[in-house]
Amino acid sequence: MTLGVTVNGARYERAVEPRLLLSDFLRHELGLTGTHVGCEHGVCGACTVLLDGEAVRSCLMFAIQADEHEITTVEGLAPSSGDTLHPLQAAFREAHGLQCGFCTPGVLMTLVPFLRDHPDPDERAIREALSGNLCRCTGYQNIVVAVRHACDAHSTPDR
Amino acid sequence: MTHTQRQIGESVRRNEDARLLTGRALFVDDVRLDGMLHVAFLRSQHAHARLSSVDASAARTRPGVVAVYTASDLGDYWRPGPLLVPPPPIAGLVFNTCTQVPLAKDKLRHVGEPIAMVVAESRYVAEDALDDIVVEAEPLPAVVDLEAALAAGTPRVHDQLPSNLAAHAVQRKGDYARARAQAHTVIARRFRYDRGVSAAIENRAVVAQWDPHAEELTVWDTTQAPIPIRNGLAQLLGLLESQVRVVAPFVGGGFGPKIMMYYPEEVLIPWAAMRLGRPVKWTEDRQENFFATTQERGQIHDAELAVTKDGTILGVRDVFLHDTGAYDPYGLTVPINSQCTLLGPYDIPNYESEFTAVFTNKTIVTPVRGAGRQHGVFVIERLLDFAAKELRIDRAEIRRRNLLRPEQFPFDNQILFQDSAPLTYDSGDYEPALDTALEVIDYKRFVGEEQPRLRAAGRHVGIGVVCYVEGTGIGPYEGARVTVEPSGRVRLATGVGTQGQGHFTVFAQIVAEALGVEVSDVHVITGDTREFHWGTGTFASRGAVVAGSACHAAAARVREKILELASHELEAAQADLVLEGGRVHVRGDPTGGIALGALALKANPLRGAVRPGTEPGLEATAYFGPDRGSTASGVHAMLVEVDPETAQVEIKRYVVVHDCGRVINPMIVEGQIQGGVAHGIGNAFYEQLVYDDEGQLLNASFMDYLLPTATDVPNVETIHRETLSPLNPLGAKGVGEAGAIPTGALFAQAVEDALAGSGLEILEIPLSPTRLFELMERPR
Amino acid sequence: MKPAAFEYFAPATVDQALALLAAHGGEAKPLAGGQSLIPAMNFRLARPRALVDLNRIAELSYIRSAKGGTTIGAMTRQRAVEQSDVVTRGAPLLAEAMPAIAHPQIRNRGTIGGSLAHADPSAELPAVMLALDAAFRARSVTGERTIPASEFFKGMLETALAPDELLVEIGLRPMPDRSGTAFLEVARRHGDYALVGIAVVVTLDGQGRCKAARIALLSVGDGPVLAVEAGKTLTGQVPSAEMVRAAADAAATRDVDPPSDIHASAAYRRRLVAVLTRRALGRAFERAGATQRGRS
Repeated sequence: MTLGVTVNGARYERAVEPRLLLSDFLRHELGLTGTHVGCEHGVCGACTVLLDGEAVRSCLMFAIQADEHEITTVEGLAPSSGDTLHPLQAAFREAHGLQCGFCTPGVLMTLVPFLRDHPDPDERAIREALSGNLCRCTGYQNIVVAVRHACDAHSTPDR
Repeated sequence: MTHTQRQIGESVRRNEDARLLTGRALFVDDVRLDGMLHVAFLRSQHAHARLSSVDASAARTRPGVVAVYTASDLGDYWRPGPLLVPPPPIAGLVFNTCTQVPLAKDKLRHVGEPIAMVVAESRYVAEDALDDIVVEAEPLPAVVDLEAALAAGTPRVHDQLPSNLAAHAVQRKGDYARARAQAHTVIARRFRYDRGVSAAIENRAVVAQWDPHAEELTVWDTTQAPIPIRNGLAQLLGLLESQVRVVAPFVGGGFGPKIMMYYPEEVLIPWAAMRLGRPVKWTEDRQENFFATTQERGQIHDAELAVTKDGTILGVRDVFLHDTGAYDPYGLTVPINSQCTLLGPYDIPNYESEFTAVFTNKTIVTPVRGAGRQHGVFVIERLLDFAAKELRIDRAEIRRRNLLRPEQFPFDNQILFQDSAPLTYDSGDYEPALDTALEVIDYKRFVGEEQPRLRAAGRHVGIGVVCYVEGTGIGPYEGARVTVEPSGRVRLATGVGTQGQGHFTVFAQIVAEALGVEVSDVHVITGDTREFHWGTGTFASRGAVVAGSACHAAAARVREKILELASHELEAAQADLVLEGGRVHVRGDPTGGIALGALALKANPLRGAVRPGTEPGLEATAYFGPDRGSTASGVHAMLVEVDPETAQVEIKRYVVVHDCGRVINPMIVEGQIQGGVAHGIGNAFYEQLVYDDEGQLLNASFMDYLLPTATDVPNVETIHRETLSPLNPLGAKGVGEAGAIPTGALFAQAVEDALAGSGLEILEIPLSPTRLFELMERPR
Repeated sequence: MKPAAFEYFAPATVDQALALLAAHGGEAKPLAGGQSLIPAMNFRLARPRALVDLNRIAELSYIRSAKGGTTIGAMTRQRAVEQSDVVTRGAPLLAEAMPAIAHPQIRNRGTIGGSLAHADPSAELPAVMLALDAAFRARSVTGERTIPASEFFKGMLETALAPDELLVEIGLRPMPDRSGTAFLEVARRHGDYALVGIAVVVTLDGQGRCKAARIALLSVGDGPVLAVEAGKTLTGQVPSAEMVRAAADAAATRDVDPPSDIHASAAYRRRLVAVLTRRALGRAFERAGATQRGRS
């Protein structure tokens, strides 16, 4: 089947098998390997991407279902491929909100729409927003700090 | 000579973050190669069975399938793996080596053991083909329970052994029997710790490519030990070590199991790539991870503590069973860690510890963050709690009375550690750490005022405080090569891989401080055997200590070379030279001097003569191997509230006072501790592998195996103390595992305290609400 | 963990979808949000021959308020339900339960109808619908029918829907005056399926007596369980701490026969039923405006 999809602003057309997971399509067909796969049953959140601006698990969608939709992956967050970071990415670096970095793309893609909708969340709200993303390294503490950093810097991540 | 820029001890932001945050960092599953094939494994559905036949003929004919291999297809390549960690020379030790095999041949010994390997054009097709393979196996009763494993008549996991005994070891210090006879009280209990998975969010993966022109094999592997993997693969495949390149790029969490070797997949994927002449990839999926990646923590302890009336420890005796799973390639690291760590920060004059490791029909056990230390801490800390209760001594006080004093260091515990060296604590200062923890959590006021007040109001609040030590930073050695490039940037290559510990930054800090450059100008390369091929790996909280010290030594040599050459170039005495801002200048003339890059060019002349004996470049390689491990320590304290109606537990506060010697990067150390505590809380209250009597794992998914999430773990208040290690030039001790080690003991103590008055005793970890409910309801 | 192959259809209308389901005679499975079905397919626990993807059927996604109550199209995303003012006003119990369902990433994709048709006994929505006495409109090529919630859930992952039948709309009656609702659950972690959960609707009469109490429990059986005995205990009574305790006791001892699994024993679940019933009723009566005496 043929799939036409916009990913990070670029249009792609590909022939895909219906069973191809969106996560595999992004990673292995488009080479956007920033989206990570940790469980393939919708719990760990590492594969979170934006579908029309909202966070979804890319392992729980077939690529064909993204036909004529818009996807944003972690590669689409920062303005260019250089070392410029999206404000939320910069806050993660500042607050040591990542260690191995494997869960990080999914965490960022969860938080971007959350912060768009909740520009000044308290810690409880941040933790609840994060509760669908598993991180084994950080204990989440510095992720929470990073989110507060991003808010305090008045850098509304609103992609 | 002065350093103007201090780097060690600063919370420098990480060099690796930009790559990780933008999705550019390479993980093994990101490797894409032309013509790459994909692998799926057919794995045992039985915990224990006699394997009579594997028929893969139908699978081989499925469109898209390139090859299917079973044990018989491997020919001479089929052989059991090596004994990775030979046990220490403990007198009277019994150790039966039974290591894992690449594909099961005659017998299936745990669920998930690989039986056949399908290579296909896509992973989807490879998984389709698994259904085509016909396995005939005769199920056998499974060995699941540790105690039953040794009972007469129990089926044997390994037919060639007389029983399921994998190892037996006794270590003694002093004379426990005599101590016991003199005791005012002997506290005896049975303790259990159960299994969990390490649950790195990245599963394992291996990609291999054989280049027939260069006759070179490249393997990308999620290993914590790329160099030993390279050496082993070369040997197995009959290649020179230089023909094999193993790359452990960014690795998405290690926590121990990624240093197991050799996993069946690690030896099979490269073999298949060479045989098929095409790149081959296998990425473990989460379900496989629950069966095929090593696990830890099943032990049962029968322990007793002999104390005087004032709570002084006279001795400890501990007899325990250790579950080693179906094979024991990792030797006795885990139970010996349990045995050694039990001694803790306490002066225990008499100790007798005996363990029996048993084979079971479960996944192989190798170290997982903490690596057996949890168990030792749990046993001694719980015994002290019960002793305190019985003797009516405050819990903090009984600990204080038994702490080793600063003048007792180095302290020889008279038993052997996992690295075969004597368990001798290098340095420590324990009482101030305890005091600090009590002060920060406001122990006195809580116990004296707040807790009684809240209890009167019907609230069930509890406090816990536990101490521990951790043997870290063991040998044998690591190395590093530091090179100043003509750009002025510094290249640092080392053999240890990185799984998130911040090596790209911590090692860079060490080098940057020595060479007077910015941390961001030090480009660290780890985990690529082409860049550095001596070393062992990242384990036992040793990266910063051992590899860090090697970086330090290499940077010191390069610094000497810089000063020597600059002294010649600037016609000044070395003592008058200053290294800062990427330049060398004569003191008092900061605008003069010469840039390091220019100096590097001069150090590598293209024409002309050099003095005899001159080494080119501003480069040096150095190695570091400590005599033995350094001993980190800490105190954790916690406040909890329990809802006795629902058995839910809320952690209100968590304080860590931690001493890992010299702190190279406080931000990173705190991160390690926070992550460790979260892991420990997982072990204590959320994570448990549940097996049925047939050895089937009942919760092999992230839906049913519960990793703690952001709403389950508290903020950790961390206080650093720095008691330097005399065993390395940095004075550093390890920290990677620390946070996870005392958490179980702490959780048990605090929850028990919250439910004080109920007579409840917590003798096991993990707990869960349903288990806590059961314990509360149990008639006493 | 890759799904087995299947035939894929993405109809644009309900009629097309029904025709496809009918044509495949039970071999095709409707794909709603996919947040339960796709994990099952990735584990290869589910291997449907064909999938009829409902995500392109715009006519199934709506939330409407009318005199007869609130109606919600089956393919409405859970996130939309959660954020809907119409739901907050018309069905506060549903609004209260929504954040307990998994995580935002799941609710962005998961649909209300998908969750109900999946009928997981640990899921929140079936119990909520049972408490609200919702009416489910179902269609097939042969026609349309309305199934009350009490007849919809037939057992573990089983509903009254025929294989070629689609749940198209959920209808919720307006709340009577002097009603109060509450949703509570105990889960291992935020967003997990509950160990036990409870959805309660109580209505008071003019004298402040309990006119009706619908108490639905989740994760205590092979479907949502209506605590009939507990409800009877309360009917006609003036709410009090004692009455609430008696109802909680009835719920725990007479209404449920909960299962044991690796996360909770039957005894623990029974305890949670008692505690949650007491707490939820207390909250619901308070919201209904009852003046309760005594400590609950």
